Amino acid sequence: MPDPMHTNDPLQTVPAIALRRRITDHVMTGAAVLAVILVLAPLVAIFGYLVYRGVGSINWAFLTQTPKPVGEAGGGMANAIVGSVFILALASIIGVPIGVGAGIYLAEFGRNRFGDTIRFTADVLNGVPSIVIGIVAYALVVLSQRHFSALAGGVALAIMMIPTITRTTEEMLLLVPQALREAAYGLGIPRWRTTLSITLRTATSGVITGIMLAFARVAGETAPLLFTAFGNQNWNLAVNQPTAALPLQIYTYAISPYDEWHKQAWAGAFILIVLIVTSVAAVRFAVRRGTFGAA
Amino acid sequence: MPAPQPVEATKVSGLPPTGREAAPLLRGTSGETGDRIFKSAMLVCGLAVLAILVLIVYELMLRSGPSWHAFGFKFFAGHDWDPVNEHFGALPFIYGTLVSSLLALLIAVPLSIGVAVFTTEMCPAALRGPLSFFVELLAAIPSVVYGLWAIFVLVPLLSHYVQPFLSSTLGWTGFFTGAPYGISMLAAGIILAIMIIPIISSITREVLVVVPQNQREAALALGATRWEMIRVAVLRNARAGIMGGIILGLGRALGETMAVAMVIGNRPEIAKSLFAPGYTMASVLANEFSEATGDVYLSALIEIGLALFLVTIVVNALARLLVWTVTRGQPSRANA
Repeated sequence: MPDPMHTNDPLQTVPAIALRRRITDHVMTGAAVLAVILVLAPLVAIFGYLVYRGVGSINWAFLTQTPKPVGEAGGGMANAIVGSVFILALASIIGVPIGVGAGIYLAEFGRNRFGDTIRFTADVLNGVPSIVIGIVAYALVVLSQRHFSALAGGVALAIMMIPTITRTTEEMLLLVPQALREAAYGLGIPRWRTTLSITLRTATSGVITGIMLAFARVAGETAPLLFTAFGNQNWNLAVNQPTAALPLQIYTYAISPYDEWHKQAWAGAFILIVLIVTSVAAVRFAVRRGTFGAA
Repeated sequence: MPAPQPVEATKVSGLPPTGREAAPLLRGTSGETGDRIFKSAMLVCGLAVLAILVLIVYELMLRSGPSWHAFGFKFFAGHDWDPVNEHFGALPFIYGTLVSSLLALLIAVPLSIGVAVFTTEMCPAALRGPLSFFVELLAAIPSVVYGLWAIFVLVPLLSHYVQPFLSSTLGWTGFFTGAPYGISMLAAGIILAIMIIPIISSITREVLVVVPQNQREAALALGATRWEMIRVAVLRNARAGIMGGIILGLGRALGETMAVAMVIGNRPEIAKSLFAPGYTMASVLANEFSEATGDVYLSALIEIGLALFLVTIVVNALARLLVWTVTRGQPSRANA
């Protein structure tokens, strides 16, 4: 960028050093622009390929049928799509109440040493590799049930959702002005009622955004499902049976040597991204419109 | 963060004493039991978070016992991974995890800092929002989709163009020799780099934003060019936070599983060349866990999981600490 001190020097005393400084300035600006281009390139490439390879491979059969054996054309991922929704529902049923509850505890009762411990634990849990959480869900659920199950997958994903939900819920509740709580106390409303009907209700949109963030994060997870939900070639909606999941199916097909399966993997990946983006966008839209009664 | 509320004490002291006694009285009569139940219920949820961590540690230590008894510390120094003869050493996996993650950092750190500096210091204000949105969109792509893309786009690209070029120009270093199959440590490093860029750049942006504006103005007033201002006033002030972001990215790279398992080649060998296949701690778990037969085999895998867990805990705790010192305890908006 032009630097008036040097460009308009009337005495022509611009020493070589000033020129070098200006060149360095331009070079570094160029480097930053280059970095932006290099980072956006894979983004464009990935989305471009998803649309290019994915859309062409989606058809009615893909959305309504179960996988066909190797060599047979056709078949689809309907059971995997439903299985993913099923596992995610289980994970949300387990994870959302615990996460929101822990968030409420931290915001309303956790301004102390013990609260700090839980806060730090949640942050640490956030960084635990998903495959390790898969092992733990395997040890806790699969080993005690003696077979792979949708429940085990749901538990693994719930464990991954809880820290994110906890921290965002806390953050959102703290944004609610203290005066609102005091006004409620002043009206004689008990604390629990204040927290649920005033504080939590005011922060609803933020809390739901946090839940969606956690949801979107685990929706595409594959590693924790490998040895918990395990995958299934058929329909399953039993909690204690192995269940197909979209990310698992994509993985299996991607590393297979068959062209037909590769196509299906791309289609599955496209559907997965669309599911994640639309569910997040839909909830955000609903929250903004005030459907959930947010202030 | 909540706006600082006016201190209540000053208000209360102005009120007549009766006003102070009314509130606790009312609360006490109408909801004491409800409050107690509510508080305990929320406490249980909070304790659940703690319990999860304890359970993770307990289960991992319990189940890795047989392997620990059989091999002890030699487990982490052994080269052999021989399920048939039940002889297990984790060194190739540790090596693969470290090398692929460091490679990823080598690529991702300059790019992420470049992007963060561009968005906070250089680009027009109108571009700022969309640009950070697009970079963070990278974080929303599932690992398995990265892997899929890497198998069909990145790996062919590497084997047809990048690897032949590197081996002809830099082959003498020994890092770029061997057959250009594409599937390699290099591919894993690149895909990991793409995956951790959004984390590092969003945290770097966060800490750059909190550098006081007058620091920048002071540097400019002293005649610094824009780059000199960024280097002296911005980056230097934010270096602890940037370091935190980098370490957080490292934590993510160490534990990343699927994308790496799909492109690294999955061979437990230690090779100098980046074109050679490798194996990481996370990807060996993904590939072999559900097929592991025998107690020792399974517990050897779980011991790898335990080691991975401990390393990521340390790395993440360190990163959080560094980021906290800069943003002063505000919870980070970027989820690692």
